[in-house]
Amino acid sequence: MPAPSASTRRRTKPAVRIHGIEKVPSGIAGLDEITGGGLPKGRTTLVCGGAGCGKTLFGMEFLINGAREHGDPGVLLAFEETADEIAKNVASLGFDVQDLVERSLLTIDFVKIDRSEIQEAGEYDLEGLFVRLDHAIKSVKAKRVVLDTLEALFAGFTNEALLRSELRRLFHWLKDTGVTAVITGERGEGTLTRYGIEEYVSDCVISLDNRVEDQISTRRMRIVKYRGSAHGANEYPFLIDDGGFSVLPVTSLGLNYEVSYERVPTGVPALDDMLEGGGYFRGASILVSGTAGTGKSSLAGLFADASCRRKEKALYFALEESGSQIRRNMRSIGLDLDGWCKKGLLKIQAARPSVFGLEMHLVTIHKLIEEFEPRAVVVDPLSSLVTTGNVGEVKSMLVRLFDYLKMKQITCLVTSLTSARGFEETEVGISSLIDTWFQVRDIEIGGERTRGLYLVKSRGMGHSNQIREFLITSKGVNLIPVAVGPNGVLTGSARVNQETEQRAQALARQQEIERKQRALLRKSKALDNQIEAMRAELAAEEEEQRSLATELHDRQMRLTESRTKLAEGRRKS
Amino acid sequence: MKPKSSTRAFERSTDSRKRQTVLRLYIAGSSARSMRAIENARQICDEYLAGSYELDVIDIFKQPALAKDDQILAVPTLIKKLPLPLRRFIGDLSDRDVVLVGLDVKRK
Repeated sequence: MPAPSASTRRRTKPAVRIHGIEKVPSGIAGLDEITGGGLPKGRTTLVCGGAGCGKTLFGMEFLINGAREHGDPGVLLAFEETADEIAKNVASLGFDVQDLVERSLLTIDFVKIDRSEIQEAGEYDLEGLFVRLDHAIKSVKAKRVVLDTLEALFAGFTNEALLRSELRRLFHWLKDTGVTAVITGERGEGTLTRYGIEEYVSDCVISLDNRVEDQISTRRMRIVKYRGSAHGANEYPFLIDDGGFSVLPVTSLGLNYEVSYERVPTGVPALDDMLEGGGYFRGASILVSGTAGTGKSSLAGLFADASCRRKEKALYFALEESGSQIRRNMRSIGLDLDGWCKKGLLKIQAARPSVFGLEMHLVTIHKLIEEFEPRAVVVDPLSSLVTTGNVGEVKSMLVRLFDYLKMKQITCLVTSLTSARGFEETEVGISSLIDTWFQVRDIEIGGERTRGLYLVKSRGMGHSNQIREFLITSKGVNLIPVAVGPNGVLTGSARVNQETEQRAQALARQQEIERKQRALLRKSKALDNQIEAMRAELAAEEEEQRSLATELHDRQMRLTESRTKLAEGRRKS
Repeated sequence: MKPKSSTRAFERSTDSRKRQTVLRLYIAGSSARSMRAIENARQICDEYLAGSYELDVIDIFKQPALAKDDQILAVPTLIKKLPLPLRRFIGDLSDRDVVLVGLDVKRK
């Protein structure tokens, strides 16, 4: 039986809180969002999970972040690793344990239980554990305590009934001490912990999990219980990388984001013209779907390039090509992605879809977006994600991705490979999530293959309903209106042919008109000449008429003169 | 001859009756169990190790730092520091046979 002596060291109980449970920020990215503030203050949280789930790291981050960010001193009672080992383990994550220890913000007590040197000879209790913990807490005035892994006690002592009553006493004692505690426990068969210690912890239980599905492992976290507090109930994927532990509450997003009226150019002026001349909406999700080799990646590259030109960062997730291959390929259409990469405006993140599970892809994308803060994101091609999960899973992942990007007002362009048969449907059935959807398709006419591009939809804006021929040249990409002939849409050589014919016809018509004009001109000139001749004739007749009149007048004058003279002569004689 | 001398040294060291036994008993306050442990330890020492033992009794409430150094969890704990190997007996030492065998003063 346990000694009653524990009661002599009990501290006064913390004041009763009326306004719900007070919380202590865990400092673990994302966890505080799920729990609405962190772990319950002054209470014990059980973190359980199988081997290699990150239980110890969880505890260490809780302590280190508490010390570094909130100035809360902490105590680690380590049952499995020595202080040195722990310091080395977390040093790889950039945590300087030694420094915290020197500043009296952390103390680590390694509890060694060596079954081989212990012999039980009579009644005992675990007062030593209490004393050590109490001493450690007092030495740094600790506010946070981590016991990792308490269940090691069960391997060290045979009297399980005693251990259980001592554990119960320990949890009561921790609560009375007022410290916020995290204890870790190994997952058992059908129970949360191997020795069922979850039954003593009633306030908060967090389960960590590392599941392998289809040979791909994904870490997940779930809040099993959080007394007196609302919390996210889902399984949240989490990541342990060089930055430590991060949980992404990606399922907690909703449809209440703000939208932008700002337009983002597509990188192809002719394509902008199809979208009211402005381009995409900022924060829109754009899908470019098409069969193999139709230039989906080129459009994606142009979009990224256009973003960089505006001095806006772009993040390119390549799921099928390496970064350098993309840069080389884009060079062939006149895009210098290398330059943008060097300027820090573009980041190409290449990873095979099969390297980790869907959730991890989502988590990695999230994390990179948080770090890099891009305004444009490209995922090329989305359809290859289907290889890592079924369609339903991929869709649910994409819903969360698009919600997240929309919330951040990041314009996102994704490409999707479609089979030639299922033309109007994307493999992952995401068309309903998409704001602007382009189809790029092969058109086979006259023994050659050309590309046709058209808009399936573009929410919230007027857009062209015409099919355009999509030309990829070494100078870039262009869209030209297709020729529509008697046999339907014509592209490539057929279009050129059609255009030549049309030009010839137009020329002939032009020549005919000119010929007619010339004839008319000639006729009018002939008429003019005729009129001129007739006028001349008239003038001649008038002239003759005038001279006749003059002669007549002269004659009369002379006649009068001579008559006068004659009369004068008669008078004289 | 080195091998021979080391063999002798080994034999000497295993001969517990000729050598000092260093014991340390950790107790917690003045509980009945602690008192019993002290009583039992003294009796064993007086009966089997008379004149060749050292017994320190340490109260972990008064010297908690020592509890950490000596890796004390269960109380009472009797530690046999010398001769090696180190042994720990946990409990009030009422199971006297376990202690005697562990201290190498009684064959099983």
